[in-house]
Amino acid sequence: MQDCVIDARQVTKRFGTKVAVSDLSLSIGPGETFGFLGPNGAGKTTAIKILLGLIAPDGGGATVLGAPVGNRQARARVGFLPEHFRFHDCLTGRELLRFHGRLHGVRGPRLEARIDELLARVDLMDASDELLRTYSKGMLQRIGLAQALVNDPVLVFLDEPTSGLDPLGRLLVRDVIKELRAGGATVFLNSHLLGEVEATCDRVVFVKEGRSVREISLRNSPVDLEVELRLSDSSPAIIDGLARFGTGASHADGFVRLRVGSEESLPLIVKSLVDQGVGVYGLQSRRRSLEQLFLDIMGDDQRPG
Amino acid sequence: MDGVFTIAHLTLLEARRRRILLASMGCSLAFILLFAVALFVVSRSIAADGLGRRLPLLGLTLAALYVANVLTIITSALLAVDTLSGEIASGVIQTLASKPLRRAEIIAGKWIAFEIVIALYIGLTAGGVMVASWAVGGIIVPNLMQGLLLMLLGATVMLSVSIAVGTRLTTITTGIVAFGVYGIAFLGGWIEQIGTAMPSEPARLAARNIGTIASLLSPTDVLWRLAVFRMLPPAMRSLPTPFSSNYPPSAAMVAWAGGYVVVMLAVAFRQFSRRPL
Repeated sequence: MQDCVIDARQVTKRFGTKVAVSDLSLSIGPGETFGFLGPNGAGKTTAIKILLGLIAPDGGGATVLGAPVGNRQARARVGFLPEHFRFHDCLTGRELLRFHGRLHGVRGPRLEARIDELLARVDLMDASDELLRTYSKGMLQRIGLAQALVNDPVLVFLDEPTSGLDPLGRLLVRDVIKELRAGGATVFLNSHLLGEVEATCDRVVFVKEGRSVREISLRNSPVDLEVELRLSDSSPAIIDGLARFGTGASHADGFVRLRVGSEESLPLIVKSLVDQGVGVYGLQSRRRSLEQLFLDIMGDDQRPG
Repeated sequence: MDGVFTIAHLTLLEARRRRILLASMGCSLAFILLFAVALFVVSRSIAADGLGRRLPLLGLTLAALYVANVLTIITSALLAVDTLSGEIASGVIQTLASKPLRRAEIIAGKWIAFEIVIALYIGLTAGGVMVASWAVGGIIVPNLMQGLLLMLLGATVMLSVSIAVGTRLTTITTGIVAFGVYGIAFLGGWIEQIGTAMPSEPARLAARNIGTIASLLSPTDVLWRLAVFRMLPPAMRSLPTPFSSNYPPSAAMVAWAGGYVVVMLAVAFRQFSRRPL
């Protein structure tokens, strides 16, 4: 098994004067569910397309499943659900899956069994012999998800997989992602729905203007904790001293606040304060939601996409 | 090759489901029916025998084949005009190109499928004209298969141009360019035909040169003229009809057209392989 399912180094892509992806480096291990977060136009879809060999980068390079991007043997083990999934709408759902399976080199009874399994999984068995042009947006998204899995991939790229889905459909996608992870597949998820990313991903990278600006693990340790302290002494010297435990240390409304990377920092902070003779009258820590993090990381200069 | 055949199968199924096959075959049948009726009426009104009877009936047959050829050329361009540019614009191509296929296989699969559709179309339309001509007027066109194959090659040139241009440009622009290329061939052919009838030798030579250059740039019309030359009985080739010529196109144009198709496909493979999707 490879150490790295995806290994991208300083990937850069420009469209004219616009920089879509800038110096992007990623390393994603096997079995990981990876979230790629950023506002519209941040370069997330371009990055996925580069990793799939749909777009050639201007600089840098990447390997997928141990092979250079675009390698056909590697692509045979990859699934992809594009944003705004489109396909020949004159096909039925079953025909669509059959064609995609064949393009992956899967045929015969094995393919037919896989198609039945997937149609049942995405709850489209009843509509399997209807033309795609009669499908609702949610049904199209679900059949698109099924086509991304028809080759039983070890790596799946999902670009906004819940776009157009109702809450039940979103739950279905979330469950499918969990099943993929349980089966050992690696999932690369682009999504605007931060709750969905928080619920499914092991790790997220925030992208801004084509550049990776922050990486956070969601599994091994809690995301940034916001710590609120009520102290006997909130002098600038004490607050400056707290800076070594985290970021954004400040004093307001009688409380000292800062952000730390993990819960392990909390007893160290208390010990440090007590050693300095500062009374600790209260300490609260709470995990910051991904949405808060997103807004903080992206800054105030972002406009709705 | 599996990928090529899967794409070809998908393209043919799409042509059937979108009623492209039904519409083209229906129009062909209507066209043949009209031709058969016209031929029947004309045939009954001719009292003469021999060449006096055969010439007008053959003229009508060749006129019908000319229209069949133009319809085939138009159909070839229209079939291919949207196949890549449309799928690129809609995003359909992303799911295909991310599969373990060479991009050239996508183009080759589509090209093969459209060749089958065009061959069927020529077989039905031009073949139908021949059958009607034989059944109604007793006319048997010589070198029939050669003629049909030359028409198919002309349509293949058009198809390949359409696909090559469609790898870079939008659907409408591809259509404009494809028909523009055909227009060059069409105009060049007529300049050559009219020019060769001029009394002055320098004018004839200039017209022939212009026609040759146009044919090299776009060898669709020249293949039709070669086809019609082959399908005219030798005794009629020098008679003054819109289809005869004192200067028949060179048979080397067949090799040129074959090379032209290969180059167009190579351009399509190269452009499409490099195109960001």
